Amino acid sequence: MKARGLYLHFPFCARKCSYCDFPSFPGKERYMAPYLGALLKEIGGYNKEKGEKYRISTIFMGGGTPTLFNGDHLAGALDKCRECFNVDEDAEITIESNPGTVDHKKLLVLRKSGFNRLSIGLQAWQDRLLKFLGRIHTAREFEDAVLMAQKAGFENINADVIFGIPGQSLEDWLETLKRTAALNVTHISAYSLIVEEGTPLYKLKQKGLPGEVAEDAEREMYHKGVDLLERLGFYRYEISNFARPGYECRHNLNYWKNGEYIGCGSGAHQYLDGVRSYNTPDLEAYIEMMSKTGNASLGSEKIDRDQEVFETLMLGFRLTEGIGKDDFHKRFGFDLSERYSDRISALKREGLVLEDDTAIRPTARGFDFQNQIALTFLD
Amino acid sequence: MPSPRQQKIRNFCIIAHIDHGKSTLADRLMEYTGSVTEREMEDQILDMMDIERERGITIKATAVRLVYKDDDGEEYIFNLIDTPGHVDFTYEVSRSLAACEGALLVVDASQGIEAQTLANVYLAMDHNLELIPVINKIDLPSAQPELVKREIEDVIGIDAESAPLVSAKNGIGIESVLKSIVAHIPPPSGDEDAPLKALIFDSLYDNYRGVITYVRIMEGRVRPGDRIRMMATGKEFEVTDVGIFSPALVPTAELCAGDVGYITASIKNVRDTRVGDTITHADRPTDKPLPGYKKVNPMVYCGIYPADGARYDDLRDALEKLRLNDASLMFEPETSVALGFGFRCGFLGLLHMDIIQERLEREYDLDLVTTAPSVIYKVVKTNGEVIEITNPTNLPPVTEIESMQEPMVKAQIMSPAEYTGSIMELCQERRGVYKTMEYIEGTRVLLTYELPLNEIIYDFFDALKSRTRGYASFDYELIGYSDSNLVKLDILLNGEVVDALSLIVHKDKAYQRGRVIAEKLKELIPRQMFEIPIQAAIGNKIIARETVKALRKDVLAKCYGGDISRKKKLLEKQKEGKKRMRQIGTVEVPQEAFMAVLKLN
Repeated sequence: MKARGLYLHFPFCARKCSYCDFPSFPGKERYMAPYLGALLKEIGGYNKEKGEKYRISTIFMGGGTPTLFNGDHLAGALDKCRECFNVDEDAEITIESNPGTVDHKKLLVLRKSGFNRLSIGLQAWQDRLLKFLGRIHTAREFEDAVLMAQKAGFENINADVIFGIPGQSLEDWLETLKRTAALNVTHISAYSLIVEEGTPLYKLKQKGLPGEVAEDAEREMYHKGVDLLERLGFYRYEISNFARPGYECRHNLNYWKNGEYIGCGSGAHQYLDGVRSYNTPDLEAYIEMMSKTGNASLGSEKIDRDQEVFETLMLGFRLTEGIGKDDFHKRFGFDLSERYSDRISALKREGLVLEDDTAIRPTARGFDFQNQIALTFLD
Repeated sequence: MPSPRQQKIRNFCIIAHIDHGKSTLADRLMEYTGSVTEREMEDQILDMMDIERERGITIKATAVRLVYKDDDGEEYIFNLIDTPGHVDFTYEVSRSLAACEGALLVVDASQGIEAQTLANVYLAMDHNLELIPVINKIDLPSAQPELVKREIEDVIGIDAESAPLVSAKNGIGIESVLKSIVAHIPPPSGDEDAPLKALIFDSLYDNYRGVITYVRIMEGRVRPGDRIRMMATGKEFEVTDVGIFSPALVPTAELCAGDVGYITASIKNVRDTRVGDTITHADRPTDKPLPGYKKVNPMVYCGIYPADGARYDDLRDALEKLRLNDASLMFEPETSVALGFGFRCGFLGLLHMDIIQERLEREYDLDLVTTAPSVIYKVVKTNGEVIEITNPTNLPPVTEIESMQEPMVKAQIMSPAEYTGSIMELCQERRGVYKTMEYIEGTRVLLTYELPLNEIIYDFFDALKSRTRGYASFDYELIGYSDSNLVKLDILLNGEVVDALSLIVHKDKAYQRGRVIAEKLKELIPRQMFEIPIQAAIGNKIIARETVKALRKDVLAKCYGGDISRKKKLLEKQKEGKKRMRQIGTVEVPQEAFMAVLKLN
């Protein structure tokens, strides 16, 4: 049976970061208990008395900061998943956290209950930058969190970091990567800062940010960062994701390979049985809808064959491995290089993709212009 | 001598500046004569093109028959002909005037006479129309009817003492207007038994009836079944229907000398019923057509291309349909390296061009790329041949040009006196030659300038409005051609000349124009994956250069389960944007860029 991913959303955080546009809210602690109840109810909806349960090969609890909940509750949510889905023995089970929300005890509970991958938000090694981003922790506290996690038995650890922060120099950025890698994490997600509309940072930017990183400098950070991580043993397997070999995030790889996934919680998206749908991002509305109707879906879209082809290409070209020719043929029943020979030639001419016998993949330049590659396949 | 029947007919039009209340007065006249109910008024009278309503202008002439009963119970037939009110349509206006014996001259009691009004007053006087001044908007606190009366007497030289004072909006003084029409406008005359002579003052294409020809019968009579001939085009048709405008078309048994009405004759094309032409009977023709017919020629040309090349046929169909109703619209296929297949279109003026473009976009749902408008230049070649250039790209090489001429206009600008300085400055900048200045009532001036047409087709009116806080009004007429030192200014993108951006300018202005266009294009052309040089050149000489820097990245850093649909939408939007671009060589150019040459300030 087809393996799917499972995403659970936890829309609570100690403080809203200045760049964050995720559906997550500080100061709503009073809703934590009812929310968890609603979430478990949504998961429970998949518990089939008759027929086969969905097979799940990865679980990702994200947010927000899921670790604002105590360990037992999170373990309980995981148990609920195991009860309602057919979760693989060797499933990758990730939980997101932030320094300051985890201690040794909580980490032990999580590890023991089956979580085997921990993602920790660092963002930058420089405390002045952390302050600017509205983070609640210091670099030192991040370091402590990593060490505690390793002690609690987490071997597979990701750190989220950001480049292009106003006031961040190239040296700051490379230092962040070096220090993080030195902690023996297995995975680094390195994002270019996006100033999304509606965030506090966006408002600041409207007024004019001092130390804003120009486009040229931002690209230099990216390219030098890629080189440095390579030397440190992390290879780029996706635009913003770097792993030691064998530690790629399977849950996220499923998104990029355009696999199906189930999403539970407010604002969660899912792609199930050919339909993309999403829940209301409004925390209170989610709780109410779940209690009244047992359904918090706000909209859905049936993905037809052509759309599926496009989405597969749009997402697949984010990966270093690109689009595997055999996989593609197996999935859609036609040959990628044949069907799109003109477009692929054009992309090759522009130096955006490379083709060999097995796959078509983005070049180094292709990583900078991924939208252009995707656009080529949009009709 | 008017026949007893004719004694009871009055044919007139209304002359007014935009906003001086022409339509409102017309509506009131209809209401007072009980021609239409209020509801019908909504449905019928105002049911004209959206564009006309929005812009407050009349593009097509319309006519309506009113029946007025005076105090003695005598019934009169009033034919009100609503004329286009813009300089682009001066010829159409003159034909509408020729169909009348009189005109109401509506003047805003707080604004006084405007340049456009004056131009049409002179036109009316040329046709010996009896003018009845009507002072409108007397309800406004700023109304100065006595001052405006004096102004009418001073400037136009007609007696305004007994001019009706009205407020069309509030229905004040309408009765006195109706009485004045009977008393002052002469009835039509013309032998009802002479050979047919009917003046075409407009025509309209109807899907079911073919062309509906708007006519004023000058002599004779016409009935269904008659065989008629268009004297200018020589085409003959059999009349299917005649009738009057009530304002809906109401068939009648016949139309006689003095009547205003319509004729249908299964005519397929408005070009067969040219405005100003004379209709007569094929078997008993009149010996001489009515005076004043001329074939109107376009003054302004521009290239019109479908944004999506695949819609070329749709564009052609739409232009053909518009031409059914607009004999003055000209177009012929044209090919541009930059824009692909399209049409070079000729218009009576800028407003006409604007209206056609807008109608194509709105009524036919077309996305257009239009090039900057050009006037018709005359080129005397070294071999003595004289050619006319409507597309700058077609200008012969400099070595083959002996001399060039450009069209000139006489422009009249009316404005409060305090703006005289800025108006003169503007005309100076536009290579104007000062002619005369007259003071009106001590507070306003009428300035006359000679200006090259190519200096006013871009943004002259906007500039004039902004420098006079909207108070100035403006009118012009073509007066001929004069020698001029003109050059072709080319724009190069990535080293390639973009034919659709070439334009002809006066030599003294080429540098400045080239620089401004290059700067403007730099703003409009989005960054692409490579650097794009923009150059302005005269011949081989580069006179301005700008660079659009290369894009460094086009990538979304994060794309997880919750981002996929959003990312797809973003890409679709980006694709839409790309579709609206023109591919020139390797450079993608937004459509607005082709109009960039227009917006110089």
